[in-house]
Amino acid sequence: MCPQQPPSPQTVEHGFPNQPSALAFDPELRIMAIGTRSGAVKIYGAPGVEFTGLHRDAATVTLMHFLPGQGRLLTLLDDSSLHLWEITHHNGCAHLEEVLSFQPPSRPSFEGVSVPASLTRITVVLLVAADDMAALGTEGGSVFFLDVTTLTLLEGKTLSPDEVLRSVPDDYRCGKTLGPVESLQGHLMDPTKILIGYSRGLLVIWNHPARCVDHIFLGNQQLESLCWGRDGGTIISSHSDGSYAIWSVETDRSLTLQPTVATIPYGPFPCKAINKILWRNCESGGHFIIFSGGMPRASYGDRHCVSVLRAETLVTLDFTSRIIDFFTVHSTGLEDDFDNPRALAVLLEEELVVLDLKTPGWPALPAPYLAPLHSSAITCSAHVANVPAKLWARIVSAGEQQSPQPASSASSWPITGGRNLAQEPSQRGLLLTGHEDGTVRFWDASGVALRPLYKLSTAGLFQTDCEHMDSLGQAAEDDWPPFRKVGCFDPYSDDPRLGVQKVALCKYTAQMVVAGTAGQVLVLELSDMPVEQAVSVASVDLLQDREGFTWKGHERLSPRTGPLLWPAGFQPRVLVQCLPPAAVTAVTLHAEWSLVAFGTSHGFGLFDYRRKSPVLARCTLHPNDSLAMEGPLSRVKSLKKSLRQSFRRIRKSRVSGKKRAANANSKLQEANAQLAEQACPHDVEMTPVQRRIEPRSADDSLSGVVRCLYFADTFLRDAAHHGPTMWAGTNSGSVFAYALEVPASMAGSEKRPERAVEAVLGKEVQLMHRAPVVAIAVLDGRGRPLPEPYEASRDLAQAPDMQGGHAVLIASEEQFKVFTLPKVSAKTKFKLTAHEGCRVRKVALATFASVACEDYAETCLACLTNLGDVHVFSVPGLRPQVHYSCIRKEDISGIASCVFTRHGQGFYLISPSEFERFSLSARNITEPLCSLDIRWPRDATQTRVRESPKLSQANGTPSIILAPQSHDGSPDPAHSKSADTPELPEATLSPMSIDSATSADTTLDTTGDVTVEDVKDFLGSEESEKNLKNLAEDEPHACTILIK
Amino acid sequence: MNRSFHKSQTLRFYDCGAVEVKSKFGAEFRRFSLDRHKPGKFEDFYQLVVHTHHISNTEVTIGYADVHGDLLPINNDDNFCKAVSSANPLLRVFIQKREEADHYSFGAGTLSRKKKVLVTLRDEGLRRRAHLDISMPHDFRPVSSIIDVDILPETHRRVRLYRHGCEKPLGFYIRDGTSVRVTPHGLEKVPGIFISRMVPGGLAESTGLLAVNDEVLEVNGIEVAGKTLDQVTDMMIANSHNLIVTVKPANQRNNIVRSSRTSGSSGQSTDSAASHHSLLAHDLQNCHPDEMESDEEADIVIEGALEPQHIPKPQGAPSSTLSRANGTSLVDRLHRDLALHSSGRESNGSIHRLLSSLKSDPRNSLILPPGGVEEHGPAITL
Repeated sequence: MCPQQPPSPQTVEHGFPNQPSALAFDPELRIMAIGTRSGAVKIYGAPGVEFTGLHRDAATVTLMHFLPGQGRLLTLLDDSSLHLWEITHHNGCAHLEEVLSFQPPSRPSFEGVSVPASLTRITVVLLVAADDMAALGTEGGSVFFLDVTTLTLLEGKTLSPDEVLRSVPDDYRCGKTLGPVESLQGHLMDPTKILIGYSRGLLVIWNHPARCVDHIFLGNQQLESLCWGRDGGTIISSHSDGSYAIWSVETDRSLTLQPTVATIPYGPFPCKAINKILWRNCESGGHFIIFSGGMPRASYGDRHCVSVLRAETLVTLDFTSRIIDFFTVHSTGLEDDFDNPRALAVLLEEELVVLDLKTPGWPALPAPYLAPLHSSAITCSAHVANVPAKLWARIVSAGEQQSPQPASSASSWPITGGRNLAQEPSQRGLLLTGHEDGTVRFWDASGVALRPLYKLSTAGLFQTDCEHMDSLGQAAEDDWPPFRKVGCFDPYSDDPRLGVQKVALCKYTAQMVVAGTAGQVLVLELSDMPVEQAVSVASVDLLQDREGFTWKGHERLSPRTGPLLWPAGFQPRVLVQCLPPAAVTAVTLHAEWSLVAFGTSHGFGLFDYRRKSPVLARCTLHPNDSLAMEGPLSRVKSLKKSLRQSFRRIRKSRVSGKKRAANANSKLQEANAQLAEQACPHDVEMTPVQRRIEPRSADDSLSGVVRCLYFADTFLRDAAHHGPTMWAGTNSGSVFAYALEVPASMAGSEKRPERAVEAVLGKEVQLMHRAPVVAIAVLDGRGRPLPEPYEASRDLAQAPDMQGGHAVLIASEEQFKVFTLPKVSAKTKFKLTAHEGCRVRKVALATFASVACEDYAETCLACLTNLGDVHVFSVPGLRPQVHYSCIRKEDISGIASCVFTRHGQGFYLISPSEFERFSLSARNITEPLCSLDIRWPRDATQTRVRESPKLSQANGTPSIILAPQSHDGSPDPAHSKSADTPELPEATLSPMSIDSATSADTTLDTTGDVTVEDVKDFLGSEESEKNLKNLAEDEPHACTILIK
Repeated sequence: MNRSFHKSQTLRFYDCGAVEVKSKFGAEFRRFSLDRHKPGKFEDFYQLVVHTHHISNTEVTIGYADVHGDLLPINNDDNFCKAVSSANPLLRVFIQKREEADHYSFGAGTLSRKKKVLVTLRDEGLRRRAHLDISMPHDFRPVSSIIDVDILPETHRRVRLYRHGCEKPLGFYIRDGTSVRVTPHGLEKVPGIFISRMVPGGLAESTGLLAVNDEVLEVNGIEVAGKTLDQVTDMMIANSHNLIVTVKPANQRNNIVRSSRTSGSSGQSTDSAASHHSLLAHDLQNCHPDEMESDEEADIVIEGALEPQHIPKPQGAPSSTLSRANGTSLVDRLHRDLALHSSGRESNGSIHRLLSSLKSDPRNSLILPPGGVEEHGPAITL
């Protein structure tokens, strides 16, 4: 094992950010930022270019703005705090760091003393790039100005609504307020002008340096959003009644009473508000009007739509989830006369959709990343490492046939900023996800960007009760509005029985097994041609005439009979139906022997899919186990069906409320929670949670659940002869080992001889501690796990040592044990639960390659516990090597979804839509390495900003010294030095702020006052120190275990 | 009880290679000989005995008279070896039908009355209340006890809950709570784990060693400080076959009653319900802390039948052999326990000296065959 390990094994997140709340695009760097409700900011550029920042408070990011080209980003959280982020380069790799934050005075305190009007709620932000200044529109109607480089308010520049009202005719004023500022837009050509839109409908062009109103538009409709045309001569406004209006800016008059055009696109019936509108002109004539919302309230009020209108062409993009924001990718150069939008990117709650606006018909562009993993809920996942190039090409081609891409698509992805510095992945990794709707998706998990390759659907094999309903729904659709379904997020499963529970793929023969919720086990084979064929069906009774049980769960799925047309890709060959049709809990495939083993809560079976005949069925039920028999849904069964049908469309997606806290933060939060708990122990005592201490007993319910199945060529009957074996482990700590009689001579010849495969029970092991068996693996004479089927026979892996004594590693939830073979006697063991108080959730044997030595690699046992920790043990010595905390222990679905790769990496779901990748191996790390060409502003005041990346490069080490300082918002030395220089922020000089009670907040950077933030930081750092101490104490602890 | 004249005889015949055996079953007896230095296995001896007596189809127990005239059992390789090697020249073997033997006691003085031993003992045992009754070795079992009294602070108590053969549930619940600790910064409230409830009739309650509101400090030698309730629950369950919890009793007034151990070591009874009995057991077991730790929960391995069809077998079927092997180690242990116990009678202090010397030698545990203590009979429990 390599001692040099990253402190936190997490490397990169795949998929779509959970609960996105804000979107920004930098047209110069061509990078996009997505903010989330948990306070994360994720930057995406070209595939492979991505990095993440996390606000200290898990507050929703409501607004984000790039300072174009500078690699700086201003974010607004829903607690009204502003944060400035910088993309810095450490060792040539880009990172996102928070540099400054600004918390507006929380209480306006004494009216008009320090701040003339309330800055409590910021509604909109406009960056005036030329002046490094930001305009903040507020709920009160004032516009504040902020120096972006220091995040200090520019006092005295504030524009109050009263000032605006002075320029407004009396009859418009009529005693009403203007309402909150709804929109702030800058003029592309003339940075002095700011277009301000108030909720009441008034639009004002404000000349900032001159501090005067240039132009006033007396709108009366409640305003939602504004967009300024490129030449500055046109303004488009959208309103809450579903209308939009076009105003022309006439230079000779300063007052416009009426818009040139006002229309309700989806009228005449009442419509919902148009939340955002964009106006983009084209060189080829005409312009695009793109807006979200505005649908007829009664008939389509529940749709999530973006309308794209150009000349006479209107397309209503109908999305399946809420629209967060959208932007167009267009030319922004000052010299250009036209926007010429290339693409429209729409961020939805569950996915990102990009439309190509240059191609007629505006087709959707396949995204190279941000794939909505959860388009149907993920029910299982599997990773296949080192995929042979041939299989890879076949899967890719199957995927291409499935969804033909426009030829230009690869190059036309519009978000192309940054350079991916990561090396080409040395091997191809395939991530398979099984979904609730019966599909299996194949993802390219070789690199940082998780790319969809191919989608396999098993639903076509079965008759479900919902098919006719879909066709009905389509017929009812009208021509108007011209809806177009876009996006692939569809969380509604037609039949929960289709759900995929287990997947296994043989990468050498391209055969796979997909097993589902209703006990269906499908053996599929990859075919490059569409084939019409019937699928043979066999059923295996796992109860084996066990009496006294009746299955009260769901029915089996009825397969379609007769020949069916299967497209190129994985095509079903055999369907094995387990009876009773309980969910399949374990499955394994041995393509060399043409055997598939499967297990449910009732027992396990073995099936020869070449001869299409069952070999073995064994019931594992304990007589007292009634729960398994009746099925999990017995009590709600009658209700279930009707509920499903009536609420299918209303059902909330699984995406709800799971809080995602990032790893760095979670530690802190936990620690703080603990601190809080200690502070008020009375609360704890008032609600005592009790735990019963009772050993596991034989008749615990669900004791018969088959947890793992395993094939191995090893010594089971005697030490002289090895042969095929099958192993099964159950929930109650039983292990069954069968010696298999697989007729020889099948290698090479397609036809299997007449003799059938036979299975003979060789050994039955009952672990005394009765904990569920999580995994079984056989180690060869040198203590290495046996290679996968075909690896040895095709010289793809080192042949196992068949001379020395084999051993079987049985991992239960409580302990690991290595037993000798064929005499099953305990050799080594490690009692994890007895030592650590944690239980094993996932286990995998992984190869850890040495960083120092090219050829040296060790096999270790990686184990994820119910506390979310990953432990690594040597094999077969079972000595603890390292241990990290990886997943929060409260994140049960994250722990349940974890899958290890064979090279010491792993994936787990941090949200329904995102996989986090982690790496336990120092050699094998997949993390984003990318750089951006950032044009740093050349102002004298910006020295600090320019210095920091250089400094870090000169050192050759990441500038860790700078990071924490800039992170907690306290002044760093460089900055305080600059504060002494003449460019002192105006705010600190202002006498008003000095005697104000709230000055400490506004002048956070220069005064050393202790603020709430500082105290929090202090507490935080103390806590983290404590954690570190704990970690240090863990080390000797691990050693003592080692000695034992 | 020592009869020295026997010893002189022993010395005289000690080098003789063959041991003469006189085996007696009821009224009839057989004579044969064994190699003193290579007595062989107990199994073979057993077969030989039942063969020579032509009682192959009856279950019997075998006992022998030792140098003191005490009737001691022969039921494993170790005590068979001992019996052969200590034979004064004649090894006198007594055979009983097992069902009869159950009412019979091995032990000191059992052969002190010559003749009529087998005939009268049954009645005698009932008649003589005062006499020390020692039951069949397989009736001995470890029981729950307080251990490590000498190394723990007086305020703490280490309790071993032993479920051997006991059908009772462990029967207690734990909860989160806070306790006050003395730290460098003064008194500090820290989270702790407490016993919250006892199940009536459960093992924890019936032993009387744990009580509600006792603070759990360690589980099988691992501190619970910093661990969550769920973690401690899992640790306890993982160790439930041999659970050792160190507690700080809520009621500290019962702590100083160490003198009660003396009464315990008088070893009056094997009645497991009597509370002082557990204190006796404490002394017995304390001598082999590591041995008990060795708890190798030997997982049951059933060799598969070679017929291809597999009817689910009752799991208890193979455990008869297991239980025998098991008994072996138990008896073996008992013998040493007894030896130590007798020395303990002379002085309590010597027990502790012995105990600490045993403890300091970790290999002590390695000598022992890893016998499954837990599996016993058809009912498999942890």
